[in-house]
Amino acid sequence: MSIMGTRVVRTEDPEFLSRGATYTDDLTDERLKGALHLTLVRSPLAHGRITSIDTEAARTAPGVVAVITGADLDLAPKLLFDGANRGMVRPFLATDKVRFVGEPVVAVLTEELYQGQDAADLVEIDYDPLPAVVDLRAAATDEVLLFEEVGTNLALGFGDDEQFDEHLFDGCDVVVTQEIVNQRLAPSPLEARAAAAAWGDDGRVTIFCSTQNAQIARDEVAGWLGVDPGVIHLITPDVGGGFGAKIGADPEFALVASLAKRAARPVRWSESRSENMTGMVHGRAQLQTVTIGGNRDGKVLAYRLDVLADGGGYPRLGTALPFFTRQMAPGVYDIPKVESRARVFVTTTTSTGAYRGAGRPEATAAIERAMDLFAAEIGMDPAEVRKRNVVPPEKFPFETKGGAVYDSGEYAKAIDRVLEGAGYAELRAEQAARRERGDAVQLGIGVSAYVEITGGGEFEEDAAVEVHADGTVTVLTGTSPHGQGHATAWAMLASEHLGIPIEKITVKHGDTDLIPRGKGTMGSRSLQTGGVAVYQAAGQLVELAKQRAADLLEASADDLEVTDGRVAVKGTDTGVTLAELAAREQLKVETVFNSGAATFPFGAHVAVVEVDVESGKAVVDRIVTVDDAGPVLNPLLAEGQRHGGIAQGISQALLEEVVYDADGNPLTATFADYAFPSAAELPSFTLLNMETPTTLNPLGAKGIGEAGTIGATPAVQSAVVDAVSHLGVRHIDMPTSPLRVWTAIQQAASEGAK
Amino acid sequence: MTGTVKVQIAVNGAPTTAEVEPRLLLAHYLRDVVKIKATNIGCDTTSCGACTVLLDGESVKSCTVLAVQADQQVVTTMEGLSPYPDELHPVAAAFRAEHGLQCGFCTPGMVMAAVSLLEENPNPTEREVREGLEGNLCRCTGYHNIVRAVLAAAGRDPEEAEGASADPASPGISTGSGA
Amino acid sequence: MIPVGFAYARPDSVDGALALLAEHGEDATVLAGGHSLLPVMKLRLSAPELVIDIGRLAELNYIRVDGADVAIGAGTRHRTVEVSDVLAAECPLLPAVIRTVGDPQVRHRGTLGGSLAHADPASDLPAAVLALGGTVVLRSPRGERQVPITGFYTGVFSSVKEPDELIVEVRVPRTSASGWAYEKFTRRANDWAIVGVAVVEGRIGLVNMGSTPLRASQTEAALADGASIGDAAALADQGTEPPTDLAGTAEYRRHLARLLTRRALTTAAGG
Repeated sequence: MSIMGTRVVRTEDPEFLSRGATYTDDLTDERLKGALHLTLVRSPLAHGRITSIDTEAARTAPGVVAVITGADLDLAPKLLFDGANRGMVRPFLATDKVRFVGEPVVAVLTEELYQGQDAADLVEIDYDPLPAVVDLRAAATDEVLLFEEVGTNLALGFGDDEQFDEHLFDGCDVVVTQEIVNQRLAPSPLEARAAAAAWGDDGRVTIFCSTQNAQIARDEVAGWLGVDPGVIHLITPDVGGGFGAKIGADPEFALVASLAKRAARPVRWSESRSENMTGMVHGRAQLQTVTIGGNRDGKVLAYRLDVLADGGGYPRLGTALPFFTRQMAPGVYDIPKVESRARVFVTTTTSTGAYRGAGRPEATAAIERAMDLFAAEIGMDPAEVRKRNVVPPEKFPFETKGGAVYDSGEYAKAIDRVLEGAGYAELRAEQAARRERGDAVQLGIGVSAYVEITGGGEFEEDAAVEVHADGTVTVLTGTSPHGQGHATAWAMLASEHLGIPIEKITVKHGDTDLIPRGKGTMGSRSLQTGGVAVYQAAGQLVELAKQRAADLLEASADDLEVTDGRVAVKGTDTGVTLAELAAREQLKVETVFNSGAATFPFGAHVAVVEVDVESGKAVVDRIVTVDDAGPVLNPLLAEGQRHGGIAQGISQALLEEVVYDADGNPLTATFADYAFPSAAELPSFTLLNMETPTTLNPLGAKGIGEAGTIGATPAVQSAVVDAVSHLGVRHIDMPTSPLRVWTAIQQAASEGAK
Repeated sequence: MTGTVKVQIAVNGAPTTAEVEPRLLLAHYLRDVVKIKATNIGCDTTSCGACTVLLDGESVKSCTVLAVQADQQVVTTMEGLSPYPDELHPVAAAFRAEHGLQCGFCTPGMVMAAVSLLEENPNPTEREVREGLEGNLCRCTGYHNIVRAVLAAAGRDPEEAEGASADPASPGISTGSGA
Repeated sequence: MIPVGFAYARPDSVDGALALLAEHGEDATVLAGGHSLLPVMKLRLSAPELVIDIGRLAELNYIRVDGADVAIGAGTRHRTVEVSDVLAAECPLLPAVIRTVGDPQVRHRGTLGGSLAHADPASDLPAAVLALGGTVVLRSPRGERQVPITGFYTGVFSSVKEPDELIVEVRVPRTSASGWAYEKFTRRANDWAIVGVAVVEGRIGLVNMGSTPLRASQTEAALADGASIGDAAALADQGTEPPTDLAGTAEYRRHLARLLTRRALTTAAGG
């Protein structure tokens, strides 16, 4: 019986649930023996010139081995995202200017961890404050520049040199425009950033770090250090969550390696949460203006999306993401005319990067909000408006006005399924009854439909499968798990071909000497690239084994089959185990799978919220989702991905927001202030299944990692607005906090009274 | 100036002793003195609960307890529940069966909080589980399967938790004699 | 985040603790459960030279009926209050409020005396004790004094407690089984109250509506004059000076105070 599609519990878990996983800060590796602890003195100021740094007192504090400033450092400032304005380089320790609260300025190396903070407190840095730039529109004026020599705050533009078509909305009965904030979020993996480095006598450096992509991180750090990638042996121990924010390397990793060389001792660094909340990239951070036009029969004719995106103090991966926002602008809809542009500006805030969805949730949030606004304007049910505009199944593969080619989809079916599963008609009846009664607690129903990009950008992935003489199997993968369960899933894929139980299959990853090539885990790519590569490698290994066994058994390879780890002549007992073959000659296959293109999973969500209209507080009562990512390898793992994604989506809609004051001071730099949800703020989730395969890989699989977030956010936001729409409210920005909801109700009431 | 203090703490059934700075946090005592690393530190503000251990049988956040406060007391960490990976404690086993963990970072604290919760309330409702775990943050699971795991460990059918809508979080906390 | 270094003492009696406090004055800090103190020490917002640990003093750990009051040792942990049969019978508001404080781990460590001493106007317990009309018992080498909670707080994180004084007991009047309620408004279960309203026997304590816990005096007076709950609750924000922060503007807090007071009074009236 096939193991594929079954609910296999994780092979990782016995260790994780007894001795615990081994994260970077847990390492007791011999190479790190006697490691110094790095403590960073970070800027308390959003924007300013450094006028003096006095490290004297710190140097003589107990346990201090070195206090290093940017001037001492052997690392040149670097552009952290290649596509950005070339002059927007970031120093590894700030020398002349600081551009966000949390920017590293001085490095302190101490014998003991606790000595680090004591010494760091003794470093005195004087700043000449400069005006902060927090607001995107202010950044766009270039009145205050972060990089004076560059002459602009524009980090990158997408379609910004094209003119919008002034006739785009000609012929529309109805045109609605809305400014929408897609707020800044802190990705907040529970494990913050950490790295450790040790140089060997051979001139190579071993770097342990928490990353989603060992090989990419190796190459980035090599570039920053100015060494050949082969100099670096990068190892990722267990990684405590990433969510996009651990894609590649962080500048601190290069700093750790550089300081280890300088000190001629290993160095380790593990940041605090307070550092993480300003030092790790943030996500989202777009200010969008949507305009939607169409006819009163519900047909949308034109859509425009204009995006201002926040790159933070130094452009990083976040600066690239509006590309995806533009690409996915029309969502699941077949809209005749679509145009978009995006401009990314630097501001005196933490840099932005990828966060679960990375550019696509922003697109979905915009178009879904626009569909709701259009539906409200023409007085049609929002679910019905969606169904009238989705791309029909017969149009796939479908090239969108955003420039994407959607591989496969059943959008109307997904919407119908989720509406039925949620009991949409009954919910509307309940809503009407509560409105009729004037209840304090009103019901809101939000519907979203989404399509997203998975496995985009990097289509290739490496895998190797080797059967050993003892009957065990080693799988090498270029993907890089941090909670997704690859060790189990990849073992299932190998087991499917080899017939060897997963308990005997070890999956190795995240060691660049062992696995020099790989792209890691991001953008929901793993299964459809790396997983398929493992599946392909195991399949090729079976063919190789048959050829070898054919000679041995004096049979035709066509007459052989592999079952339970044994090659046998069909219908006979004559055979040889894979282990026996491996004992004769190494039995290993290395392969590369190239999907050639991205896949486009899709789905539809219904959120049901209760809003206390007297206080403004919204609570999610239910969320019902269809998330179609093709055939599912392990439902247990896939559901887990959906659950986590849904929670993060709900949380963006309802709770989370990184806030800066006008001076660029972060007001949400701890978990006490940043509204990370607990179990008490969330309901259980109802998941409905649909499996529409892609033709781009032999498993038919698309990615599932980010889908929940992309669908849930607009559904919940829409539900909150819906709950108070009878009071005249059309839009509430996220997070839909009690204060915002209450304020919206008050405003609608006062406008209605006029 | 501040000197050191000798502490004796029973950790997972074994006596430990050390001269420590008074400011040493219990979490660091476990990780860096006793050198057992399951207990993680996820925040600075007693918010995330990743460092939850049992102190004399009750859940505490070991980043907000000084090692000197635990002197002469008994500490249990996740390692103490399940010394061997192939013989998981029932709560840990339920986390595995229900896929109540992904990256694993919150897990040691979450499991210890769940053990303490079930000690105090052996037969909790879904809402009681959610509120009982309010001091433990998880970014991966959305809590869905964690809640299922705790209900399962309590001997309840976790299917009851699936899409349950009868018992939502209330808008605000309201309590009183008339309620 | 790690505290600045300090010396540590764990006296074996209240008198021992008081002697140390008297000797070290403002350089010393008292540690009970540590859940108010250690977070601010870790953030280095507080750096005492000496920490006096009273967390294990059995003489501060009791709950007993004493005449018209329930006397609670200042070192009694929140969890003990939460499950106390005595309080369930004699003062049910207090365990109900404690149940909303922090999370289980915090309640296992935090103490009643510690919460009151910390003097955070966003804390639930000072306003609850205020509504109850409770009394704080302070002791120093100079003797013992009883301070009604109405006169205890002087501002944010400040009270009339002298540096050499220790809260040793909290006294709350015995109340009936009904006629009380607590409304706590938060975004997350584990958050501090944006606003909280404790009602017991016609007295109303407000959380986070000023620099100290406050009574909704005008509402109380209106009720005494026979006003309806709705009319009386509309006065709940009178005389308050609520803060503006991320969670709410002053105006919003005023609205919440009126709303929550109405709801709490309705609940307390059995509605």
